[in-house]
Amino acid sequence: MRKFILYCTLGCLLMFGCSNDEDLIDKESYVSLFLRMQHSWDGESITLSDLNTIKYENANGEKMSVERLRYLISDVTLEKEDGTFIALEDYYLIDVSKEETMVFEISDSIPPDTYKNISFTFGFDNEDNLSGVYPDLNAALWNVPEMLGGGYHFMQLEGKFLDESQEEIGYQYHAIKAVDISGDEPVFQDTFFTVDLGSVTIEGEEELQVSMDVSEWFNNPVQWDLNELHSMMMPNFDAQVMMFHNGQNVFALKGD
Amino acid sequence: MACSRDQGEPEEEYVVYEPIPVSLDIPEFFSSAIVDPVIPPNNPLTKEGIALGKKLFFDPLLSVDQSISCADCHMPINAFTDKETFSEGVAGAKGTRNSMPLFNLAWNYDERFFWDGSAFGLERQVFHPVTDIKEMGNTWQRVVNDLAGSKEYPVLFQKAFGEEGIDSTKVSRAIAQFERTLISSNSKFDQSLRGEIELTQEEENGLAVFLDETRGDCFHCHGNPNNPLWTDNIFHNNGLDSVFVDLGLGKVSGDPADNGKFKTPSLRNLAFTAPYMHDGRFETLREVIDFYSEGLQPSETIDPLMKKIAQGGVLLTEKDKQDLIAFLLTLSDHQFIASPDFKP
Repeated sequence: MRKFILYCTLGCLLMFGCSNDEDLIDKESYVSLFLRMQHSWDGESITLSDLNTIKYENANGEKMSVERLRYLISDVTLEKEDGTFIALEDYYLIDVSKEETMVFEISDSIPPDTYKNISFTFGFDNEDNLSGVYPDLNAALWNVPEMLGGGYHFMQLEGKFLDESQEEIGYQYHAIKAVDISGDEPVFQDTFFTVDLGSVTIEGEEELQVSMDVSEWFNNPVQWDLNELHSMMMPNFDAQVMMFHNGQNVFALKGD
Repeated sequence: MACSRDQGEPEEEYVVYEPIPVSLDIPEFFSSAIVDPVIPPNNPLTKEGIALGKKLFFDPLLSVDQSISCADCHMPINAFTDKETFSEGVAGAKGTRNSMPLFNLAWNYDERFFWDGSAFGLERQVFHPVTDIKEMGNTWQRVVNDLAGSKEYPVLFQKAFGEEGIDSTKVSRAIAQFERTLISSNSKFDQSLRGEIELTQEEENGLAVFLDETRGDCFHCHGNPNNPLWTDNIFHNNGLDSVFVDLGLGKVSGDPADNGKFKTPSLRNLAFTAPYMHDGRFETLREVIDFYSEGLQPSETIDPLMKKIAQGGVLLTEKDKQDLIAFLLTLSDHQFIASPDFKP
């Protein structure tokens, strides 16, 4: 519970509402908006009891498990029909092994309305991805070493798969900002991305269910071969870029 | 203040004590870098509570034959562990786990203590060793009676808790208060972060090995310079055994997926805390590094973070091993083990 409170209280700031008729809105009618993160493998829900079991098969045909899944989302934004938006400057570390991290209050002051899009950033954008500045993420050892550019992980997805000789091999699908450190100077490429969930109508206190299809990380557009790529992916520039591409279709607003 | 019980009664007087609240002396870097420590609302730190906890910690009265105190297995000079593979309890009894060092315990956010996480909360942790037949072997009834029958303790408890009476809960709360004050924050590495000292080239390379996913890759479990704890305080199977003699977390949770998992120990104060691992199997840091480099054992529950299991380990060069040890030793805090605040 403690971390749930932490994640929900750290900087839950309504940064700016850009509605032209803001003064006319009855602020007493503002409501709370919650996100509930859900996780599935190709439509099949992933629960705590599913962790550690080799029961999934990826697009490349490898049997695999999910043992640990943590990821960061930030900057939830609601866009109104008139093109104005409400941007919520905050971040959330979701840990599938901790139920209390899977639902969080985005804000307690959202004007009821129909919004043409709700979005968030997977990971941190460059403005937010600053080394060592978030105590809760430091406490979670979420940092990326300075030799790889610092900042924070975007995701840690770990488990085991059966290799070509049916041996269990660990994999660590860790997403960070892509960096190539093979030359004299590191070369970076952004790998955070905006997840557009589509339109929502908020009438009263609302809990939106957002689903991550974990199988998509291994599927589209890159059919991931764990035999080739299962370890030490943080310093692997190309692997990070592939994760970025595969992440584009991972999230959806449940009910869509 | 001194108060008369009742104006109509004889001149018997009693004293009402108000324990003095104390704020934990949190190092600046701890405050800025990580989340606040865990201090239960029902056991706030007080000057008298800490003093009582310290006295109890060093008092053999807690053991059944009054032969050993907490400090016998948790010695200040060893960063509050001892040098034994398995500590000796009353009547020479020995357990099966290496005594854990004690420091920075208030920052264990999940509040799971012991190698297997079997105690939730520092206060509850205190209950175990007092009655374990391989440790102090006592009963709480006897402990409370002995404390109540002593000359000093009744008033010390009254001062610490503002009321008369002694019970096991108060004992555990007092000791937990003292344990929360055991803060280690002045190692050579801490000093280097504060710009007071520079690491040697070897120590710097050791840190690089530590943080390099293609070499040591220690940081996912043991942390990085942004976190002064040097542990994730959670549970992993780090590849010690293919067949488990001790199930660790698995015995506590009942989940076979947890078999062979033990709590990640902090890397602070390694210079004082040998032998290493939950069963104290490694006498030296070199043995530990050799294990991670070439000695990993496969098992069903081995952590995916033990990446090079197929090769037996991370296969460090001789120089990287030596430099890694040099770095690890910069995390040892000589001021902590010498502090008079933590001695009887």
